[in-house]
Amino acid sequence: MFLINCPFCGERDQSEFSSGGEAHIVRPKQPTELSDDEWAEYLFMRKNIKGIQFERWNHVHGCRKWFNVVRDTSNDKILSVYKMGEKPPVSYK
Amino acid sequence: MPNYRIHKTEYIDETKRVSFKYDGKTYFGYEGDTLASALLANGIHLVGRSFKYHRPRGIVSCGAEEPNAICQIGSKKDLTEPNVRATELELYEGLEASSQNCWPNVKFDIGGINNFISPLIPAGFYYKTFMWPKSFWKKVYEPLIRLSAGLGKSPTEPDPDIYDHKYVHYDVLVIGGGVSGIIAAKMAAKNNLKTLLVDDKKILGGSTIYQNNESIKIDNKLSSEWLKNEIQEIKKLSNLTIKTRTSIAAYHGYNFLLAKENLTDHLPEEKKKNKIRQRLWKIRAKKVVIATGSIERPLVFNNNDRPGILLSNSINKYLDYYGVTCGENIILFTNNDSAYETSISLHKKGIKNLIVDLRKSASSEIIKQAESLGIKIYFNHVVTNTFGYRKINSLEIMKLSEDGNTTVGDKIKLSCDCLGMSGGWTPMVHMHTQSGGKLDFRNEDQVFLPKENSEDQISVGSCNGDFDLENIIDKTVNKINKFLDIDNQDYQDTNIICSKENDKRNIWLLPNKIPLGKTKCFIDFQNDSTAKDIKLALKEGFRSIEHVKRYTTTGMATDQGKLSNMHALGIIADTAGVKMGTLGTTTFRPPFTPLTFGTIVGRNVGKFFEVVRKTSMHEWHVKNNAEFENVGQWKRPWYYPKNGENMHDAVQRESKAARDSAGILDASTLGKIDIQGTDASEFLNRVYTNAWSKLAIGKCRYGLMLNEDGMVYDDGVTTRISENHYLMTTTTGGAANVLSKLEDYLQTEWPELDVYLTSVTDHYSTASICGPNSKKILNKLFPNLDLSDENFPHMSFKEAKLENINCRIMRISFTGELSYEINIESKYGHSLWKMCIEAGKEFNLTPYGTETMHLLRAEKGFIIVGQDTDGTMTPSDLQMDWIVSKKKYDFIGKRSLYRSDTIREDRKQLVGLLTDDPKEILEEGAQIVSDIKSKPIDMLGHVTSSYFSPNLNKSIALAVVRSGKTMKGQKLIIPMENKNINVTVSDTIFLDKENKRLNA
Repeated sequence: MFLINCPFCGERDQSEFSSGGEAHIVRPKQPTELSDDEWAEYLFMRKNIKGIQFERWNHVHGCRKWFNVVRDTSNDKILSVYKMGEKPPVSYK
Repeated sequence: MPNYRIHKTEYIDETKRVSFKYDGKTYFGYEGDTLASALLANGIHLVGRSFKYHRPRGIVSCGAEEPNAICQIGSKKDLTEPNVRATELELYEGLEASSQNCWPNVKFDIGGINNFISPLIPAGFYYKTFMWPKSFWKKVYEPLIRLSAGLGKSPTEPDPDIYDHKYVHYDVLVIGGGVSGIIAAKMAAKNNLKTLLVDDKKILGGSTIYQNNESIKIDNKLSSEWLKNEIQEIKKLSNLTIKTRTSIAAYHGYNFLLAKENLTDHLPEEKKKNKIRQRLWKIRAKKVVIATGSIERPLVFNNNDRPGILLSNSINKYLDYYGVTCGENIILFTNNDSAYETSISLHKKGIKNLIVDLRKSASSEIIKQAESLGIKIYFNHVVTNTFGYRKINSLEIMKLSEDGNTTVGDKIKLSCDCLGMSGGWTPMVHMHTQSGGKLDFRNEDQVFLPKENSEDQISVGSCNGDFDLENIIDKTVNKINKFLDIDNQDYQDTNIICSKENDKRNIWLLPNKIPLGKTKCFIDFQNDSTAKDIKLALKEGFRSIEHVKRYTTTGMATDQGKLSNMHALGIIADTAGVKMGTLGTTTFRPPFTPLTFGTIVGRNVGKFFEVVRKTSMHEWHVKNNAEFENVGQWKRPWYYPKNGENMHDAVQRESKAARDSAGILDASTLGKIDIQGTDASEFLNRVYTNAWSKLAIGKCRYGLMLNEDGMVYDDGVTTRISENHYLMTTTTGGAANVLSKLEDYLQTEWPELDVYLTSVTDHYSTASICGPNSKKILNKLFPNLDLSDENFPHMSFKEAKLENINCRIMRISFTGELSYEINIESKYGHSLWKMCIEAGKEFNLTPYGTETMHLLRAEKGFIIVGQDTDGTMTPSDLQMDWIVSKKKYDFIGKRSLYRSDTIREDRKQLVGLLTDDPKEILEEGAQIVSDIKSKPIDMLGHVTSSYFSPNLNKSIALAVVRSGKTMKGQKLIIPMENKNINVTVSDTIFLDKENKRLNA
């Protein structure tokens, strides 16, 4: 049971949040111009990293805001949280 | 009756006699006893039969690790509880307990025959034997196995007890109230940290609290006296909470732990009433100190499972804590110093005892003390066999060879009535590993120890492999100071004197002259697995500890192998010739000891099991006999049976009335999302497949929402209320997910859009009136509203007042009939409904439920997302290409609609089905085929919706069928259990294709 530090509300129990998968996958601006493979890359392919992963979470039973989380999936430690639109912390790149 | 209570202790209140029943017979004990100590005081060792061989078994331990003394508590159908460890159950007046796994009774058990046919029941017996003939499994083997297997009986009626949950936050949690836990808690609390100390026993103090050996002293006092002082002191600390009778069940990530607190299990029946029985604590702690101690190991030798054979330290606790001796002529069999404490304690109380020690010699203080008392010690000897059926009466010992691999010399036969065994100590690393911690192996005494303490948790005391008191206290103090980053000096000058163990010798499987195949060297007492079974598994090629465990079932009983896992590992390592540390351990999984279901569920039972959402019309539906259907959390009227109608008849009547005159549906549960902002139209353009920019103010439009993969996700009608204001409706079940998805796109993909979303599902109640007479009813309710088709056409919206209350009325239809949906603020919903019913009386306005709604829409071929779709249907699959805009550059899911897979022509597509026999109603979910002769039968699809239409007087169905679009008129077959049903593929719209009724 994670404790997640919502950038808008502060530290809350995991049960208030829902996970939205890998972060920083930008929806293509012109999907119609993509080949099937390129579109599939956006639609289906995820890194599923063991280690430091950037992911999206939604404070669904709280402020309803989406935000980003840096999590080490090997030990579930959350290393950083930051708002949508913000750049990921450089130190984890 | 024999009395084995031989001296008074401060933990047993001999002024308070407690009577209890065991296997139907009445006995007495005292307040402070456990069921096990009371039984032993009455001379009862035999408490059950073993699982597989039905061998007589006795009490082995005094704690959570007990494998044998598990019993059934209570005899009531609702309050009986199986698998309760007698060693943990505190005695109370009126307690009724019985032994398990024996028939007809514990002393004479028919299953005991298994003991003699045991060569026929090796490891993997069940896997090997019951494989064939295959048909025997279901009819013969399984019922027989089920009859004879199982531990205890479940209650057959609901649990009447009250359970509770509690959330708490602490700076420091200390698990275990032994000497190291007490020190840790004191240091933390004195340093202003909010601290919680939990212990599973009734009182704090662990095994030190009854320690009375003169050679173990702290500050010149008996260690138990010193500890009692410490306990008095910590009880005064204001920021320390102490919870006894509380055991940690699970240690999850982020220092989130679950603990079970027993509140009434020790009280007499009449005092249990109306009190919370058990409470589940949900603990968040910044730091966790694990001080869970260690468990004494048994030794593995032939017939090591007879009643009267206990762990040596347990004999000590029964004696010094409960005042009960386990025998009058005791032999202690050991490979380490701790049995000598037991021996000396027994000696002091005048109990005859002698020691058999594996070690060649030993020279520590405590051994000198035993020798000086004249206690007989057989060094370098091993127990090779024991005798006595219902209780041990003698044993044989032999000398060990130099290398310890064999026995030498002659057998010596010794009589006894009790045997204590001590194979060393196993640190309880369960909590450490549950939290994700790894283990190291210490070769010298063959223990697994916690490794890499993180900054959030630490292990201290004997669970960290520190076994002598000086080590325990010194290391605990140092580690806690460092862990909590404090500088506590309380124990700076504490002076500790204790005996130090110098000599070690460990042999996992003790040697014997008898071939292993003819011995019964038990490893797992509860699951009856022996050293032979482990060796057989290895011989048959199993190598991984996880596989050996499952094949032999070692460690898989309710005690989770607390006494057996190390021996299994040791024997595997020895046999396979590998180092034990490289084998790893099996996974330690929560819960540490079993939890009751009641504790897990807490208050969430009955009507509190799940949140229930009711519309404001709910009371009316109840009064009018509605049967309800759960849709998500909503209670929706399903149908309204009249005069004893069954469901079918009620639905037929409701459906007919709705088309012939008028019907009314409570549509309040539909999801409603209020959308505002200057970019609202653009937003809808992007989330729905069709175009929204040109929707005029006051008009409604049906929209289909896709996932990015092109599959239909939700649908509903959205109304343009003003230039920048829309009201979207969603499916009842999809409302929350749709809102979440829309927020996702708004916040992450299109933050530039000026759009605000608000869920208003609960804000409005909706009555939907349909049928040819609906306009007349509306006219009665809203006499000032112009309902003409010119002013208020299909798919449009008006605001009107019902008396003084604003309503939003949409002329939209899910039934194909002329239809109006009246929305009103929820608090007026009930009144609105009653007024509609009143106004509709003269038109036979008939309330209908979800079933009729489903039937009516199916007649019109309208889909229900989630019933006719399953997350693999594109708009084209649903024959709804008309709703997908060709002009729009982009919308969610657009690109996926022409992926190679989505444009396949042989996808499953929505079709109508008509049965050749119009009275035959298909089963939803039934498979559809075209040819039943070829095998395997090619499955083409399945039925998604099926009804008998009273308006068409025939059976209709919707189905998804491979290449269905091209199959109109084709004959297909629906094979059922008893018959094959012939059907013809039809159009999906069965009634009023021209939409004449919408404007009737």
